[in-house]
Amino acid sequence: MGLVVLTLGLIFAAFAYAANADGGKAVAEAAKAAGAPSGPWWMWPAVLLVFCFVLGILAVLAGVGGGVLYVPLVSGFFPFHLDFVRGAGLLVALAGSLAAGPGLLKRNLASLKLALPVALIASACSIVGAMIGLTLPTRIVQTCLGALILFIAVLLLVSKNSAKPVVTKQDALSLALGMNGTYYDAATCETVEWKTHRTPQGFLLFIVIGFMAGMFGLGAGWANVPVLNLLMGAPLKIAVGTSKFLLAITDTSAAWIYLNQGCVIPLMAIPSIIGLMLGSFVGVKLLAKAKPKVIRYIVIGVMLLAGYKAIQKGLGW
Amino acid sequence: MIDKTNACVSIPTPQENILYADILFWGCWGGLALMAVTYILYATGLMTPHVPLETITVLWSKPVKVYLEQGHVPTGWGWVVLLGKGDFINFLGIVLLAGLTVVAFIPLIPTYLKKGEPVFAILALLEVLVLVAAASGLIPVGSAG
Repeated sequence: MGLVVLTLGLIFAAFAYAANADGGKAVAEAAKAAGAPSGPWWMWPAVLLVFCFVLGILAVLAGVGGGVLYVPLVSGFFPFHLDFVRGAGLLVALAGSLAAGPGLLKRNLASLKLALPVALIASACSIVGAMIGLTLPTRIVQTCLGALILFIAVLLLVSKNSAKPVVTKQDALSLALGMNGTYYDAATCETVEWKTHRTPQGFLLFIVIGFMAGMFGLGAGWANVPVLNLLMGAPLKIAVGTSKFLLAITDTSAAWIYLNQGCVIPLMAIPSIIGLMLGSFVGVKLLAKAKPKVIRYIVIGVMLLAGYKAIQKGLGW
Repeated sequence: MIDKTNACVSIPTPQENILYADILFWGCWGGLALMAVTYILYATGLMTPHVPLETITVLWSKPVKVYLEQGHVPTGWGWVVLLGKGDFINFLGIVLLAGLTVVAFIPLIPTYLKKGEPVFAILALLEVLVLVAAASGLIPVGSAG
């Protein structure tokens, strides 16, 4: 917690120093004359830092990925173009996944054997999604993003996960790829063996998941978990852990496309990444005391609003 | 199938999991620390940016094509020559994060080959190739109409 406070403090101090420096006022006036939104240049990055910090806390408490909240909310309520929001969104989701990955891998809650085949499919398709997303007119992407966010909000509302699905027979593809394993459930002191089925269907869905992650700059946890758990039969803890780890791979390939196309502006991307990471860190500490169900419903409500706003923006209402 | 015969005794973690996890851990937090430092250098004006701050606040609401043209921003790996500028030095931390997965995947290939699991070694190799292709900047992308 001390490190979180120190990092936020240093960055705010940097903004304050820049604001008070001799050139600060001149920069603000020049920006205003050039047609920038009113307020000093550091205003929006500072707001973004705090916003993403709160978002990081809420995302953990609600059990929702930070990436899926970031893009619709920032594109809807901040002045940044969707191109840059998607670039930053992928980096935000990537950073969150990279931070969570090590712990999950070491506790055997993320399975490399389950992740590797689906990651290959999803990451290749996320490149295609990014290419198409950057080629389509923004209003089309914005409208589709809004529709997708509404869908995700409803999915989060109605989906029921299965803690330990029953898989009677592993299909041939799953068997050939060795998509099975064992993990130790510390909560129940059980060693659980698991295997998967419906692998071809799962692979087809990961094509779609990867494509959408790349096109919209979203993390894909909202889709990975139901597919791994409800369709392919992986236990929920393995599905969640593997999904978190899988995100890093899927989002990395799309993030590189956005980065290489100039869609990453450090002035906004870095406060987003740092804010969300620090918020997630705090969120984990608060998890034991908070009421996740209530927060989850609040976050779903916010997503419904953000989805509507994205459609409104895309259709020019 | 649930086995309670070894209750309350955890099972060993595969070696490749630990290797991958260690690379991610150090790379991720190292990248974030680097980002914080370079951002402070940028925001305080200690390093002059390539795109002036007053220009950025106008261009960030425009499509990327406009940002590239009016900000004179290079694409692909062209930012490397601008590492002495306050905005582009931040790319070091960003690229470190984005490159971590590739770096972490490479040792998996010999690990899986040693374990006699060539299928996973091939999958890991293919994944490295996909990620390198994405990172190369050679994949052509059209611009929005």
